[in-house]
Amino acid sequence: MFLGGLTRGSIYALIALGYTMVYGIIELINFAHGEIYMIGAFTALIVSSVLAFAGLSGLSVLFLAASVAIIYSAAYGFTVEKIAYKPLRQAPRLSPLISAIGMSIFLQNYVMLAQTSDFLPFPNLLPELTFLERYGLKIGSSEFIILVTTAVSMVLLTLLIKFTKMGKAMRATAQDRNMAMLVGVDVNRTISYTFIIGSVLAAIGGVLIASHIGRINFYIGFIAGIKAFTAAVLGGIGSIPGAVLGAFILGWTESFATGYVSSDYEDVFAFVLLVLILIVRPSGLLGRSTVQKV
Amino acid sequence: MNAFAQIRQSLIIALWFVFLTFPILAVRVNTIEKVVEWRWPNMIYVGIGSFLISFVWRYFLERKDQGAATVATPSVQATTVTELTEARQAGAKTAKAPAAAAGKPFMQRLMAEPRLYRPVLIVLSLFGLAFPFLPFASTYQINIVTNALLYIMLGLGLNIVVGLAGLLHLGYVAFYAVGAYSYALLYYHFGIGFWVALPIGALFAAIFGILLGFPVLRLRGDYLAIVTLGFAEITRLVLENWNGFSFGPSGIAGIPRPGLFGMEMDLHQVTIYIYFLMIALCLFTIFVVNRLQNSRIGRAWVALREDEVACEAMGVDPTMAKLTAFALGSTWAGLAGVVFAAKTTFVNPASFTFLESAMILSIVVLGGMGSIVGVIIGAFILILLPEYLRAFSEYRMLLFGLIMVVMMIFRPQGIIVGIRQIYEFKKASAKEGNRQ
Repeated sequence: MFLGGLTRGSIYALIALGYTMVYGIIELINFAHGEIYMIGAFTALIVSSVLAFAGLSGLSVLFLAASVAIIYSAAYGFTVEKIAYKPLRQAPRLSPLISAIGMSIFLQNYVMLAQTSDFLPFPNLLPELTFLERYGLKIGSSEFIILVTTAVSMVLLTLLIKFTKMGKAMRATAQDRNMAMLVGVDVNRTISYTFIIGSVLAAIGGVLIASHIGRINFYIGFIAGIKAFTAAVLGGIGSIPGAVLGAFILGWTESFATGYVSSDYEDVFAFVLLVLILIVRPSGLLGRSTVQKV
Repeated sequence: MNAFAQIRQSLIIALWFVFLTFPILAVRVNTIEKVVEWRWPNMIYVGIGSFLISFVWRYFLERKDQGAATVATPSVQATTVTELTEARQAGAKTAKAPAAAAGKPFMQRLMAEPRLYRPVLIVLSLFGLAFPFLPFASTYQINIVTNALLYIMLGLGLNIVVGLAGLLHLGYVAFYAVGAYSYALLYYHFGIGFWVALPIGALFAAIFGILLGFPVLRLRGDYLAIVTLGFAEITRLVLENWNGFSFGPSGIAGIPRPGLFGMEMDLHQVTIYIYFLMIALCLFTIFVVNRLQNSRIGRAWVALREDEVACEAMGVDPTMAKLTAFALGSTWAGLAGVVFAAKTTFVNPASFTFLESAMILSIVVLGGMGSIVGVIIGAFILILLPEYLRAFSEYRMLLFGLIMVVMMIFRPQGIIVGIRQIYEFKKASAKEGNRQ
């Protein structure tokens, strides 16, 4: 159960990072983020099926499908930002939020109409790792791969944000967009990068979880998105380590709650946790409470 | 930008969209028979479509930018939609007066002058009264219109929360469910009839609204949206899973239709009866919402929407204002829910999904946040259009999503701009004008 929670938590973390990064930089809840994750999973399914029918198998399928999924998710994330959010940068807060919800509904229905509304079986792309048993580790190979991939992605992301020029620009834009513009940061490009990185992480999460669970439909993004958002809020939105911590806490909560209480209410726990957190500590576990200035 | 550069840009956009939609739109895999279906024509449609749309898009964006530029200063600090429109109106005022009058949109002029809107109202109400007896009005037709009326009520209720108080509420459907289930359960357990259940359902919904209001009072706009969404999902999941209470996914059937002094009516007559009932309820809603809008509470809501801090400084209690907005907004959903249960004689959790909330929200967004006429028109467009264009109805959710995005970008104030009560001191404003 502990491990199940950890696996769940790592997927939530991958998606939650996209929310938290976007929120940190433009203070917008990107409702369409869950849909980006879903599109990543769908693209991977399509590519891997086409390749499988063509007779390929093994690691090459995984590699190709995952990279195409990542490219497409990034492209969708980039386009969504350009269409739905960029014209509304100066608009009142409610407008981009409604636009984001609209985008989310649009993408869901776009995939539903273009593909199917049924659940599709997703092939297990992740390889069987035999060495795990040899070392006596009691962990499924797909769970192991999810954990390792998540950890690697987190480390890479941290390095990217801490040490590259792009990361520096992102942090500057998150602190103060106008000031960043004044000191020569290309803010539009930085925001695009943020969306792209968030989408890449979401796509990785999408491919991993789809392989692990084994079926997808057009609606998976919605619930996953809300849960990842809960994780981001739990840890303090805008904070990257907070999102990861929040995701693990959420993963364990769900895992234990479904184990000990009832599995019917699996989704309810996430929402209850979200509501509780927002009432008790709206700034999240690691978030700083912002003072509203007039 | 010259024509050549424009065409080139549109070509690039078209290619980008062809690339973007390729895996989802052009390929479909059948995992059972292991065949791939290639749908190349889709790619051609996407290419041509996005090529053309990109021109329109750019044209409207440019127009919008120019519109913003003519306003004295592009108000970067503007915090709300109405502030922007206000700034625009102020800009128009400082210009020559006749130009301002001519520049006023047709609908606004229509609504401001009793001489103009009265005949329209009379014709509309006559049509409304005669509609069920017209030859083409079958039971089905009346049902559709009743449905639209139901959504008008829901839209007007949500309009209080979203349009007036500026609180983005994504879980409105939960209160609709509360209303519907309270009638269904009250009838099932106690045999309570429609007319008694109507106020009780509204009351339950209002209490629920206050219960939800308490925890979310401290939250800012975006958190509020998510919490209300989560709340609606909790409500639906509880209804779906708590078999002992709500009979789970199978729902409750056999709810009686409303009676009229114990008269026996066949299906067609009942439909007509419910239609008139809905008309009466809608008129009641319009009346109350209109009175609310211009009341002390209504003005407090608008102040809250404009600027919470300034509103508090002016002596409005934001907590009370938010709570009343939630409670009063939910009341209408409760009423509509009871009518819905009575109309369909059957409730189950599947009727109360997030999509329903999204639909009501897009009615408000399309019509114009804070405008009663706008919501009515929005409801008729969004509910009746997909019904009559049957081939189209598959795409209705796609359309709703699109409407939200496009309206926010190009016309955030909606089709019909809510009129703001302007209190003017004639002399003082004349002096102001001279000084300028």
